[in-house]
Amino acid sequence: MAEALLLARGLCKSFGALRASDNIDFDLLEGETHAVIGPNGAGKTTFIGQLSGDLHPDAGTIRFAGEDVTSLRAPARARRGFARSFQITSIYREFTALDNVALAVQARAGHSFRFWRRAREEDVLRDPARRVLEEVGLGARAGVLAANLAHGEQRQLEVAMALATGPRLLLLDEPVAGMGSDESQRMVEFLSRLKGRQSIILVEHDMDAVFSLADRISVLVYGRIIATGTPQEIRANADVRRAYLGDDVQLAWAHAERR
Amino acid sequence: MRSRARKLVLLAMLALLVLVPPAAALLHQLFYVDLLRRVMIFGIAAVSLDLILGYGGMVSFGHAAYLGVGAYAVTVLAYYGIHDGLLQWAVAIGGSMLVALAIGAVSIRTSGIYFIMITLAFTQMLYYLGISLDVFGGDNGMRLPERSQFFGLINLNNGTEFYYLVLTILAAVVLLVQRLVESRFGMAIRAAKSNEARSRAIGFSPYPYKLAAFVISGGICGLAGALLVNHTAYLTPDFMQWTRSGEILFMVILGGVGTTAGPVLGAFTLLVLEDVLSGWTEHWQIILGPLLVLAVLFAKRGLAGLLPGGRGG
Repeated sequence: MAEALLLARGLCKSFGALRASDNIDFDLLEGETHAVIGPNGAGKTTFIGQLSGDLHPDAGTIRFAGEDVTSLRAPARARRGFARSFQITSIYREFTALDNVALAVQARAGHSFRFWRRAREEDVLRDPARRVLEEVGLGARAGVLAANLAHGEQRQLEVAMALATGPRLLLLDEPVAGMGSDESQRMVEFLSRLKGRQSIILVEHDMDAVFSLADRISVLVYGRIIATGTPQEIRANADVRRAYLGDDVQLAWAHAERR
Repeated sequence: MRSRARKLVLLAMLALLVLVPPAAALLHQLFYVDLLRRVMIFGIAAVSLDLILGYGGMVSFGHAAYLGVGAYAVTVLAYYGIHDGLLQWAVAIGGSMLVALAIGAVSIRTSGIYFIMITLAFTQMLYYLGISLDVFGGDNGMRLPERSQFFGLINLNNGTEFYYLVLTILAAVVLLVQRLVESRFGMAIRAAKSNEARSRAIGFSPYPYKLAAFVISGGICGLAGALLVNHTAYLTPDFMQWTRSGEILFMVILGGVGTTAGPVLGAFTLLVLEDVLSGWTEHWQIILGPLLVLAVLFAKRGLAGLLPGGRGG
């Protein structure tokens, strides 16, 4: 087996008494799509935050492409090839779609201490940005203010920004959340075209999306990974079924515990 | 289209400002040359503040600090017999940039109300430092021994020559800031203002860019301070008073945050209103206050928002 692209070992993260991540081991192979699922409050967002570098784990290590990146913060990890979308769409709302993606290209193009030339007239930023917008199907919307895009388009834009940084690892936090069924179908189709070319960690609630995209699935419950396996294995796993069957009950419990 | 309209407005403003001295001479109202020169000097300060406020989202409530550093640099050097304007102004700019570096290094780690309070606190420190410097007049300040000299090329004692020098600098500063905010550097600070989490996720560390913008802004405002003390020919710690910071802030907000011409318009409106109203009554602030409130309420995008093309990025 090839050395994993990303290797997380023993990740722990607590907020007060709540153990949001409890000794998580996780790995992602080059070119693999590895989904993380789990009931609400299972700690998915905390987990992805530690991977992206926005949160610092209390214990454990994260290795990426053979390098220990545990102590690196988000911008430094981004420059090493991490790219992410957020659970709540995170774009530059006051800028056009093309500006948004061009900024992602710029972020990857080395330092931005360039003071005179107009960035919007630089083909080296605009051309790749246009190509990525075409790729995600927003080519015709390049000049539209990001705030004025439809919700689904904003999610696409966010993925476009992630891709424009030329990432080695895509962290997608619920990419189809809040989308209509048409929109989410289009997004799933698009992501499936990335499969194999791109290493993806996918956190998602939508089980259709997860089972059609993932090579492997890890199930996170109360900060712990209770199972990892192929979609078939996960479907057949008794612990997983139990975790999902009692979803509502457990949710109430989790809330009570947090209080 | 919009950018062309904006360019026309800027050129029209420039043309009007160029015409002020001959018009004033014609009407025997030389006083207006003086007033507009003061307006333009504060315009420069306001443009410098807008660079970090309008494009970087940093609400500095201590921009008067750099006016003070610039003014003190010129006066102190003149006091010790150094009248070379290039040297004086270089020290004014360099000193302001250093002070901005120190203030920015601390304050940019914070945001919101903390940022405001830290910039204010530093400026108050400098203000009290100025008051305590008895050599340079302490509380009362001191006369500028001689205006900055430029090898006899420009004579700042000549009101009209000084006026055109300030106008040239203002135009250069507006052009510089406009290019800055459209460059990669400008896009990086505007992006951080728009959505810092997104910036971090695509690999921008906002801090060094914001700090650089803060330092550039301080340098420009320091130049305005060097001009101001030459304008008044008198140095006083009041240049650094917190109300002065508030005035500059208000000019930017009134004129239009994040616009090219806005801060200059704001400086113009505030200072001219102040001048006209104080001619009518000594209680002019009672009139000015409500007028400004109305202006902010009804021109939410500032005065520049009322002009064609004024809302250009």
